[in-house]
Amino acid sequence: MNALFKPLHLKLLLGVFLLFFVLGMTALYAVKIEFHSFENKAQEKLYLQLIAELRCVKCQNQNLAESNAELAKDMREKAYELIIKGGSRDDVVNYMTARYGDFVLYKPPFKMQTLLLWVGPPIFLFLSLLMLFRLIRNQKNQPIEKLSETDRDSVRDLLTSNKEK
Amino acid sequence: MKFFIPLIAFVALIGLMLFGLNNDPKLIPSPFIGQSAPQFELPRLYKPEQTISVDDMKGKVWILNLWASWCVSCRAEHAVLTRLINKEKIPTVGLNYKDYGTEDYGDDAVQWLSSLGNPYYAVAVDTKGMAGIDWGVVGVPETFLMDKKGIVRYKFTGPVYQKAVDETLIPLIKKLREEEG
Repeated sequence: MNALFKPLHLKLLLGVFLLFFVLGMTALYAVKIEFHSFENKAQEKLYLQLIAELRCVKCQNQNLAESNAELAKDMREKAYELIIKGGSRDDVVNYMTARYGDFVLYKPPFKMQTLLLWVGPPIFLFLSLLMLFRLIRNQKNQPIEKLSETDRDSVRDLLTSNKEK
Repeated sequence: MKFFIPLIAFVALIGLMLFGLNNDPKLIPSPFIGQSAPQFELPRLYKPEQTISVDDMKGKVWILNLWASWCVSCRAEHAVLTRLINKEKIPTVGLNYKDYGTEDYGDDAVQWLSSLGNPYYAVAVDTKGMAGIDWGVVGVPETFLMDKKGIVRYKFTGPVYQKAVDETLIPLIKKLREEEG
């Protein structure tokens, strides 16, 4: 009985530990960003949306909200400043792209240069689905090879010789 | 045919990876090339009661160099940059980016320049780093070259090195000087 329960206990303990670990990390995450007050909910929502969508150019795999780089902090500050002054979403995005190019957007605009970026994945999905479909169809049409009498004998020999051991 | 499809896919993948190897994601193409230089008007390091602005440089081929005393690679490029400035006699504005101790315009930046030499025509002090953002700074040092009309013609990201000075910057400066203002 004891032996049965032990691993379960361990797993539970590990699970609880992991849960607290992850929770602790998100808590750390949350305090990193400066506190800003907004005039209304719409502005706050816009700000939070934008810092999630704009990319930190210094640490390129993070958005502005996640990054604690000095530059990301300044860019957040600038976005906040523009929003507080009554700037719209486009104002902030235009300000950033005028300085850092489309690079700063995690959601790049659809144009000639970014065509492959937008069209590429659906094309690949289509092609791979096509290949999968053809593969499955070909499999069905493949004739089942009939065993010859000699093959049958050799299989039988193998099976019986195994048994004797 | 069955043999060729994987081969083609393999070659394409290798090609893509080679392209990726030669493609530094840190070099973000500056959207300012061919555009007029972003404005700033900032206090000067040695004369805080005076300001230096982009307009002050109009009519000349000039360089803007973003640097900071806390930036290690700025220290590395300083000698190369000084040599370029002295050789070409090109007016260069140093934009001192978010330097510590510049609250009252002093200390680190001044010490840095007095020990390494000051090749700059003027040093603009950008304490908050907002002029830096206006110029699309990613990380100091960054060096911009402007023509006589005040249009940004070239950007160098990272510390300038002698080969880039000799092969790119100097020929470009000579070319821009021949253009009409």
